[in-house]
Amino acid sequence: MPHDGHDHEHENSELSPIALRVKALESLLVEKGYVDPAALDVLIDTYETKIGPRNGAKVVAKAWTDPAFADWLKKDATAAIESVGYSGRQGEHMVAVFNTPEIHNMVVCTLCSCYPWPVLGLPPVWYKSPPYRSRAVIDPRSVLAEFGMTLAETTKVSVWDSTAEIRYLVIPMRPANTEGMSEEQLAAIVNRDSMIGTRLAG
Amino acid sequence: MNGPQDLGGMMGFGAIAPEANEPLFHAPWEKRALALSLAMGATRQWSIDTSRHAREKIPHHQYWSLSYYEIWIEGLLRLMNERNMLDGPPKTLPRLEAQNVAPVLAKGSACNREVSSPPLFNIGDRVRVRNLQPMGHTRLPGYLRGKTGEIALHHKAHVFPDSNAHGSGENPQHLYTVRFFARHVFGKNADDFLQADLFEPYLEAP
Repeated sequence: MPHDGHDHEHENSELSPIALRVKALESLLVEKGYVDPAALDVLIDTYETKIGPRNGAKVVAKAWTDPAFADWLKKDATAAIESVGYSGRQGEHMVAVFNTPEIHNMVVCTLCSCYPWPVLGLPPVWYKSPPYRSRAVIDPRSVLAEFGMTLAETTKVSVWDSTAEIRYLVIPMRPANTEGMSEEQLAAIVNRDSMIGTRLAG
Repeated sequence: MNGPQDLGGMMGFGAIAPEANEPLFHAPWEKRALALSLAMGATRQWSIDTSRHAREKIPHHQYWSLSYYEIWIEGLLRLMNERNMLDGPPKTLPRLEAQNVAPVLAKGSACNREVSSPPLFNIGDRVRVRNLQPMGHTRLPGYLRGKTGEIALHHKAHVFPDSNAHGSGENPQHLYTVRFFARHVFGKNADDFLQADLFEPYLEAP
């Protein structure tokens, strides 16, 4: 930002306008008694350390190794995922969609940023931003190309626009040459984007 | 409303530019913005639908130039201003205490509701999306108006955002996942599919 010659030195000089605004808002809400500052810390810690895409990766690895679980995921993803230990806010109503050589699934929320928090954590910036939200529905193959994915002509793209409170988890295809791997080893090769549908696992 | 949030099918926003090894937050204030938004939701002065509507009422030029957590903060300020909560005297409200964060997040807020009315549509039925242009909140994306698809899933009844966002009650409605051929929606991508979750009042028999 160009300097206008005035002296801006003060105690918060390193903070941006939005940072100052949020800081002031937090002070006001604490002062009014509307928020418990300790609760804010716990909320942040939860999404920084406890709830993230490793959860979803465990669900995927289990689906790859346990056909009965995969079947349960197809029929009642909310209950199947809860059995692995993940449920609650922004994952109350889950649907799992399975990639196959014929169909590649991809999830978007064109209207806001709906995302399955219990299994994937907080969404990345690109997922919440206009380029992805606008283009995922009209030109999904160009979106996939930006992530380095080129699908076979014969593979159909199936886009899920999360317009209500249903949250979608993509179960990517299990990579070749992973036959001997344990569930834990498999979970380690499942990346976040593969569970949104913008990359392959592995 | 035909607001800045209704992005499906728009052009010209540029590259998606996924960031390698993206951090969960890009600045410390983003953490506080997330936590403040969640904690203020727990005061039960508005529903998730009302908060979404507050964000989509941000003018287009502003919405499209703000980062996502900036949109959340702008929405939160609007919600509080509308209720005179920033300048008015403090009120006694339900407060999310630190020890309750884990159980509250684990419980979530399920949106499914029991209704006595049977669903109008069955899986496999052809449906057409009504040409609705409400001034208020809706979860019908503009790009699907007038399009014809097929019922793929029925989720029973859920809270109806178009009503709940305006404090007019939950008015639960049957919710369906409707499957469209991409070519019927955007005239290309011949055999690709597109699904959206649509409430029964958005739909009619073709």
